[in-house]
Amino acid sequence: MIDNLKLRVSSTPHIRENNSVDDIMLDVIIALMPATFAGLLLFGQRALGVVLVSVLCSVGFELIYQIIAHKRKSIKDLSAVVTGMLIALSMPSSIPYYVVIIADLFAIVITKQLFGGIGQNFMNPALAGRAFVLAAFPVAMTSFASERINMFENTADVVTGATPLSREYIGSVPTAMEHMLGRYSDGGVIAGCIGETCAIALLIGFIYLVVRKVITLSIPLSYIGTVFVMTMLFGDAAPASVQNPLLGILSGGVLLGAIFMATDYVTSPTTRIGQIIFGIGCGAITCIVRFWGGYPEGVTCGILLMNVMTSLIDKWTVPKPFGAVKK
Amino acid sequence: MLKKLSFKGGVHPNDHKENTATKNIEILTPPSELVFPVQQHIGAPCAPCVAVGDYVRMGQKIADSDAFVSAPIHSSVSGTVKAIKSYPVPNGTMVESIVIENDFTDTLDDSITGIDYTSVKPDDIPSIVREAGVVGMGGATFPTHVKLMPPPDKVIDTVIVNAAECEPYITSDHRVMLETPDEVVLGLKIILYRFGITNGHIAIEENKPDAIEVMRRKCAGEGITVDVLKKKYPQGSEKHLIYAVTKRAVPTGKLPADAGVVVVNVDTCCAIARKFKYGTPLMRRIVTLAGTPLKKNANYNVRIGTPVDYIIEQSGGFIDTPKKVILGGPMMGVAQFRLDIPVIKGTSAILCLNEKEAQIPPEEPCIRCGKCVSHCPMKLMPLYLHEFAKKGDMDSCEKYNVTSCVECGCCSYGCPSKRNLLQDIRVAKQNVMAIMRERTQK
Repeated sequence: MIDNLKLRVSSTPHIRENNSVDDIMLDVIIALMPATFAGLLLFGQRALGVVLVSVLCSVGFELIYQIIAHKRKSIKDLSAVVTGMLIALSMPSSIPYYVVIIADLFAIVITKQLFGGIGQNFMNPALAGRAFVLAAFPVAMTSFASERINMFENTADVVTGATPLSREYIGSVPTAMEHMLGRYSDGGVIAGCIGETCAIALLIGFIYLVVRKVITLSIPLSYIGTVFVMTMLFGDAAPASVQNPLLGILSGGVLLGAIFMATDYVTSPTTRIGQIIFGIGCGAITCIVRFWGGYPEGVTCGILLMNVMTSLIDKWTVPKPFGAVKK
Repeated sequence: MLKKLSFKGGVHPNDHKENTATKNIEILTPPSELVFPVQQHIGAPCAPCVAVGDYVRMGQKIADSDAFVSAPIHSSVSGTVKAIKSYPVPNGTMVESIVIENDFTDTLDDSITGIDYTSVKPDDIPSIVREAGVVGMGGATFPTHVKLMPPPDKVIDTVIVNAAECEPYITSDHRVMLETPDEVVLGLKIILYRFGITNGHIAIEENKPDAIEVMRRKCAGEGITVDVLKKKYPQGSEKHLIYAVTKRAVPTGKLPADAGVVVVNVDTCCAIARKFKYGTPLMRRIVTLAGTPLKKNANYNVRIGTPVDYIIEQSGGFIDTPKKVILGGPMMGVAQFRLDIPVIKGTSAILCLNEKEAQIPPEEPCIRCGKCVSHCPMKLMPLYLHEFAKKGDMDSCEKYNVTSCVECGCCSYGCPSKRNLLQDIRVAKQNVMAIMRERTQK
């Protein structure tokens, strides 16, 4: 028996950790579930409709592109599902479905697949898709329904309003507790994107990702910390609802962006010091846009600009090897 | 409880030691024919000093070299030299080897007598160690006498016995500490005596509490410290062990002696101890035989030169088809394509994996998760090194410090995309080292 063995030879190591890209993406999807559920509760069936359309289209576009371009089919890695969810969660519930589909198309085909598929995109696909439709459909993207909408309701008839981040906002300033639940104490919902208004849901997802070691604290903490400090220093320039540092970090898309978008592996640095620089950059740009810019929110812009900086940051922060001697 | 010592980075593979950790070392009857490659160490190969037809005794020197970095080879049985021919060895190459037919009398060589180490001058210790053919028995097989003779400008103030045994499955050092702790302590005392110092450490990973207890008891009153290390791979890497115990970092491209430290393996200590106590050279080693396809998992006391297939047959053979046989541990051991190879001085384990365990997962695209960066104990950026290596960009590999790689495999181990990072980085490291050598020669 010993003489006729067909033995396999390969390079070391001969054992691998039991992990995979699919598992990581699945963890992110699980972590996004509380925010999705909160969106459904706050904004009605329509919110779920946007998520479903976005996920189906993202996966569909990825598959169609890979069939047409004769690429390896990779939809089972679930990364398109994550992109679809992130796009949906960063849109108003009253957004027309075709805008969602255009955002998915831009994210998956232009930003991700044309640059080589998973791992090769230089910008977060979800944010790039969002930025594209924000420029193309500015009104639809910045009008937020103040009531629950049904799945197939005509959104043109829905009463909409501005986000508390906007200078046009005239309602009362939400308190920190109201931000946590995404709802005013009198029962009305805080205007905002589907997945960004309920802070507690996002924080549950954050804890899950950290416990599962999918992300580290470096990027979210440096991002959120920078927004906090900058609001403390320059809050006077900001719209009334975000002049308080605590409200500053709970408002708008900071939590959604810092926890789920800035931490995207592909478009963020790989060393801890690089990640901290990245997070500070994201926070600073977010605040600059918020306080002095033309858009009510700067998260999209902040993360996208820092995405482009990522390869440079990695180059600047090559660590000294263990035992390196000064030359 | 003392703070557990460790280093930054590393991974936590399942240690799989449960099958053999509690098994006593069994003495394996030597086979009728043993094979002694003339190179079983890092450094210059030896030349045979016996001829075909000669009668050799157990413990007799059969090959030696004039080179400083080399160690002689001794016969582990008595018998007749049957052939001197090229023979396959564990690293996959063919090496000139002395084949000895065992006469099963174990007639000891006349030269073998114990020496009281306190009666010899400290400076004479290294040559006695060399005569015993002692090399690093953790697997690296660096000749031990070279470690005991650092350049005169290097002051050694600490000796560490490496008992981390961080590779999964292997339990040979663990069993040695439980069964012959006195030899470990004696070996360490001889090395301390050689340097005229008293600062000795035995560093053991926390997953061997029984060994820690035994060594603590044996070291009581000897002035030797038993350190508890965190269970983490590659805790037994020389540089990381030194850092864990002394908080000193060995400078890049330098030896442990530059940090004032000498590190020796547990079984190396025993080999030194036996040379002084009984006069016997290095003739046996402890081999862990482990894996699911085997009928029996065990720790064996094996004569050096015993073929691997003989050991497996003696243990009861396979009950399942093995797909991979590794000499050493699963993280750094060498996969074999044939089993008619001899156990040499550095063979700490024979590990057999079945079809499922030996699967090589398909490579997926890198998602830049950065796990390889945070796992790398040398603080390199494996994802970039891998990219440069694949492109053949050796300049960038050098700039990103590929020569600091210790080839521990943590990067490949933890990669969620199952990329074969180390495989390509290792090739690039060899290329960059060749380029650097060429440059200095110009």
